[in-house]
Amino acid sequence: MTANDLAAQLAGRFAALLSGPTEFRGEVTLQLNDSEKIAEVCAFAKSDLGFDALLDLASVDNYGNDPRFTVVYELYGYGHRCHLRLKTSVSEEKPELPTVTAIWKTADWHEREAYDMMGIRFRGHPDLRRILMWEGYPYFPLRKDFPLAGRPTELPEVAFTRPAPLEGGPFVTVPGGKDTIAREPRVRNPAG
Amino acid sequence: MTSLLSKRGLYRGELMQTQAEIGYDSKIEGDVIVTRADAVLNWFRKNSLWPMPMGLACCAIELMAAGAARFDISRFGAEVMRFSPRQSDVMIVAGTVTYKMALAVKRIYDQMAEPKWVIAMGACASTGGMYRSYAVLQGVDNIIPVNVYVAGCPPRPEALLDALIKLQHKVAQEPVLATQKRVAV
Repeated sequence: MTANDLAAQLAGRFAALLSGPTEFRGEVTLQLNDSEKIAEVCAFAKSDLGFDALLDLASVDNYGNDPRFTVVYELYGYGHRCHLRLKTSVSEEKPELPTVTAIWKTADWHEREAYDMMGIRFRGHPDLRRILMWEGYPYFPLRKDFPLAGRPTELPEVAFTRPAPLEGGPFVTVPGGKDTIAREPRVRNPAG
Repeated sequence: MTSLLSKRGLYRGELMQTQAEIGYDSKIEGDVIVTRADAVLNWFRKNSLWPMPMGLACCAIELMAAGAARFDISRFGAEVMRFSPRQSDVMIVAGTVTYKMALAVKRIYDQMAEPKWVIAMGACASTGGMYRSYAVLQGVDNIIPVNVYVAGCPPRPEALLDALIKLQHKVAQEPVLATQKRVAV
């Protein structure tokens, strides 16, 4: 049983929903066209294909493209030891899709992180609170249009944030420079 | 007798110059120690500063090293790490203070009983360090008053011990009785 076989089985079961599989350096990916069906597809992958672990649930901001966000599910089966990656897209206007916490309990904190950092909401999640930033923080800081230094916020008697002083930064290292001066972290202006 | 008095006077004169807290010479004064109440209270305090180990990142590893046998923070009376803020005197903020953790740090500081002091250990606790980021508080002095800052990333245990000794000097100079009824700020 290889990852390709399993991906073909999954794609055969949901032929209208899944495109792929595509393979890159031995990693198999399936693209789910309708994010509303993610829980259904995941439930089948777990119950019939033996993907009993969700290794990671990540989100990507394709800023400037439509749909803006990609949600990535990394599945693994301890029985057959195969990996499978599921990708699905959600739009900026309605960044919402069903939760998979009922299928893998570990998805709970992963989905909270995706919500906290990107603002993607998971419908049916038992406890969709922020996990890294403080409760009441108004922004989603991993979005591409959010500055690295942060934005000032104020929630009196609770918490605040202030922009970090970047001093012209961020400071970027360049690999492969001929000496330490060329390699060390410096302000690198992409334009100049 | 006159020579004795002049000797004592000379000794007191030295005291004025060296800022020592106690004027005591067993040959002259026997079992009596002449000192100020402030000085003796501070002497008690500074030699048993119980730390509240606020270990938030890798600096906490160096804090542990400072507590272990090789560096042995107990030589300075600060070995009783209290995980209860009610029982501790000095909060050692060791590590990166994120905005989320800042709420807990502030709350624990508020729960500590007066008198209380703070050591900001390492670059992150002092200034935010290398984390110029939306998630990190740029120095714990944004939320609580800091008495001693320790440079380093992380500082060596000797640096922390040096900060502790500096704090002891600060404690020794505090006017205790004058501030007994001071409202906590």
